[in-house]
Amino acid sequence: MKAWLPTILRGLLFVVLVAFLLSPTTFEPVLKPLVDTNAPAIYNQGSLLDLTLQHLSTVFIATLVAIVVAILLAILVTRPFGAEFLPLSRSLVNIGQTFPPVAVLALAVPAVGFGEKPTLIALFLYGLLPIFENTLTALTNLPRSVMEAARGSGMTNFQRLMKVELPLSLPIIVAGIRLSVTIGLATATIGSTVAARTLGEVIIAGLQSNNLAFILQGGLIVGALAVLIYDGLSAVEKMLTRRLGIA
Amino acid sequence: MTEVFQAGLPFGLFPGGGLKIRFDKLGIVIAIIAASGLVFSTFAVLKPNRILQGQAKTILEALPAWAGYGLLILLIAAIAAALFRTSPWIKLIAAAASLTALALAIGYAAGFLTPAGNTYARVSPASGFWILIFAFALLAADALTRLQPPPWMRVLFLCITAIGIAALLFSGSWNGLSIMKEYAGRADVFWTEAGKHVTLALGSLFAAALVGLPLGILCHRVSSLRAGVLNTLNLVQTIPSIALFGILIGPLAWVALNVPGAAALGIRGIGMAPAFVALFLYSLLPIVANTVVGLAGVPREANDAARGIGMTDRQRLFQVEFPLALPVILTAIRIVLVQNIGMATIAALIGGGGFGVFVFQGIGQTAMDLVLLGAVPTVALAFAAAVVLDALIEMNSRVPNGVSAA
Amino acid sequence: MIEIDAITKRYDDNTVVDNVSMVIEPRTVTVIVGTSGSGKTTLLRMINRLVEPTSGVIKLDGEDNRAIPGHELRRRIGYAIQGHGLFPHRTVAQNIATVPTLLGWEKSRIDAKVDELLTLFQLDPKTFGPRYPHELSGGQQQRVGVARALAAEPNVLLMDEPYGALDPIIRAKAQEDLLAIQKHFGTTIVLVTHDMNEAFHLADKIAVMDKGRVLQYGPPEELVRAPETPFVETLIGDTERPFRLLAIAKAGAAAEPGEAEGEPIREDKTQQEALADLLWTGRSALPVVSASGAPMGRVTLDALLKRATRPSGSAR
Repeated sequence: MKAWLPTILRGLLFVVLVAFLLSPTTFEPVLKPLVDTNAPAIYNQGSLLDLTLQHLSTVFIATLVAIVVAILLAILVTRPFGAEFLPLSRSLVNIGQTFPPVAVLALAVPAVGFGEKPTLIALFLYGLLPIFENTLTALTNLPRSVMEAARGSGMTNFQRLMKVELPLSLPIIVAGIRLSVTIGLATATIGSTVAARTLGEVIIAGLQSNNLAFILQGGLIVGALAVLIYDGLSAVEKMLTRRLGIA
Repeated sequence: MTEVFQAGLPFGLFPGGGLKIRFDKLGIVIAIIAASGLVFSTFAVLKPNRILQGQAKTILEALPAWAGYGLLILLIAAIAAALFRTSPWIKLIAAAASLTALALAIGYAAGFLTPAGNTYARVSPASGFWILIFAFALLAADALTRLQPPPWMRVLFLCITAIGIAALLFSGSWNGLSIMKEYAGRADVFWTEAGKHVTLALGSLFAAALVGLPLGILCHRVSSLRAGVLNTLNLVQTIPSIALFGILIGPLAWVALNVPGAAALGIRGIGMAPAFVALFLYSLLPIVANTVVGLAGVPREANDAARGIGMTDRQRLFQVEFPLALPVILTAIRIVLVQNIGMATIAALIGGGGFGVFVFQGIGQTAMDLVLLGAVPTVALAFAAAVVLDALIEMNSRVPNGVSAA
Repeated sequence: MIEIDAITKRYDDNTVVDNVSMVIEPRTVTVIVGTSGSGKTTLLRMINRLVEPTSGVIKLDGEDNRAIPGHELRRRIGYAIQGHGLFPHRTVAQNIATVPTLLGWEKSRIDAKVDELLTLFQLDPKTFGPRYPHELSGGQQQRVGVARALAAEPNVLLMDEPYGALDPIIRAKAQEDLLAIQKHFGTTIVLVTHDMNEAFHLADKIAVMDKGRVLQYGPPEELVRAPETPFVETLIGDTERPFRLLAIAKAGAAAEPGEAEGEPIREDKTQQEALADLLWTGRSALPVVSASGAPMGRVTLDALLKRATRPSGSAR
């Protein structure tokens, strides 16, 4: 019974989230006490569902590109050819993480203008780091005995990469993706300050009109998405780990 | 092809020896970036006023001939230093010289380009300048990575850089630049907001450490508490910062109204209070989680021996567990501090002040130089904090894991 | 003297140590052997109260070990464990100084003690004192671990699988050192191990434990001659029995008057070594000499074979 509780709670969260997005007005009575009598309790400057999908697709596209680039880069610097770049790439990851998201967002504006693009750039750069870092960690910490066995059984470099190194690294890479998506979901809200269409719009509208209901619904939708995606990816990670017999 | 790139024995300025010239792979990348900054991009922009589009100028257009050619020759020499396998020190010096020259040149260009007596015209760095800065910063980072300077030396380098930038600022050689004109117009506000920014970032970190460390120790000792506390703090992290800042407005406004004395302490619904509380809440997870991980990572034998030879629980905590967990806890402090410095910019959205004020005002007015006035100090602050704390972490972890011990 | 009286430790329904009573004589080496899960470590840890017993009493020199707070008790008793348990953030000298510092000794006295112990363990104080544990080899770390346990001059030293992580050659050396140091300080040593050879090598008395009970407690010879349960017999090993008997007796004890050819053996070597020498060189007798080289007669193959034969009156 106790073991099922978290799963049931998550299912419930998902159902409530979907219900809220499909028919926000049903929930109006819940949010009404938070606002002045004549202020709207449900976001009325656009469809919440639309914004949510927009939000998700922005994060999805940025993360997808980040995954491809990060893994390719990590593979490159762990091959003998790219070994020279390994130390520097570690330092760059370290330095890159000190750039605040708002700064990246704001600094991207002069280069690409307002709207979706600076948000995508910021999300991509921010998403890149955790995935790259994790892939690098995984690829450089593979069990020596397994690597020796792979070489010893006559695999080519490419076969070793595809059949041994990457599969073994997968759980840690997925952990990086999970981190990157969670950060991305939250960072995307800031994208609204540079006119990207994300759920941040709802929150900022709430801040501007002093409407707590707006702030809360915007924040909670993003929070719920983050929790669900985080848990989903955690489950994938656990499954992969178990399949590899690491845990 | 690969033959040429193999590292040789270092002797003289061109390690690798022989007559064969050896290229540095990263140097090639840096050279390509720098060359594209030199050839395909412009160095500075002259705008009729702070908002309008401007005319782009190349290095030779933006500077008088002697300075323009001088800068070009210096940069090409530095690119050469990057391109070949030379000592990292030479690369570092080349990078530092280039960065200094670029910094001086952009200030000089501002004075040179602004028509005399025109107070509306603005000169800003253009893409080429930023690309060159990026290329040589990369070169410097690579040289530093290869030199593996000890922690104190890294902090020394940071201080030298800070003093250099301060000298440039005080000498007035950047005063012609648009960003400095933005600053000149709001010098007082700038320092007030800077103060608020630092207060928010450091204050919330301090408060989080004060609460998080004991909470972490408690979670370590009482395992039944651990999952609950960590999950709750994890949940807090999923709420986007803007929303958390906003959500806290309500409760804090209530506290200000209903708790006597709270308002006198500066607790209000909007302003610094909700920002402070939000940053505090975000900071708790890394501190608590790392304290737990750090304490759990203390070797079992060391703990057993400590008990076995007669240490009390308190002695064991302060003499064995805490010193051994310190690097991991310091890592959390670093994460939190860097994260807080960045996130404090968002406080501006709820009237909490900080450098974010300039960033969001700048976005609102599409005045990018104003955005820079907020963003550049934020990045610099976060970077400096990271360097200093990384050095601290290394100094503290040198002994126990033995990896970097001499 | 350590008197263990009807000591029992239960975790929920699981009895780990079951009504154990034994008396450990002062200035002897007592080895507790058993398989993993036999309760031997728990028994050891109840002596310095790292584990509190469910029932029963342990007295040290007549005093109940619960008379003073646990941490003060432990400062009086040396404690060395497998994997040494040195504090990685403290130097070798600081590690050894831990207990004297806790006890508030004067600095000069602490320094002198650290130097004395390092020298005793054949580690140069100047070279090794300022080093960190990770800069030492496994054997050196183990020696420092024992030195730390002895720093406050305890009467009793508890050792939990102290040599488990060492390779055989270094382990043999460490065991020799331990015996020498035990003679030097006259410490009462209680050592836990699962290695029967180690037990026979070190012990004045061996206690065999299984499933929380002490099956037999006595001198090594008695365990071989008269194992009280099949488990003890198995632990000693069918094929090892004769050699164990020879291993715990000295060559001098088997010497008889007479002459023999070839390389002599010293009287303080074991009879097992004498047998090995005989077999390997194909001789039927070899001369025995004292430590100073004076002839003491000879040891014959026949005599040794007789000594390795099942003693009359033993169970099987």
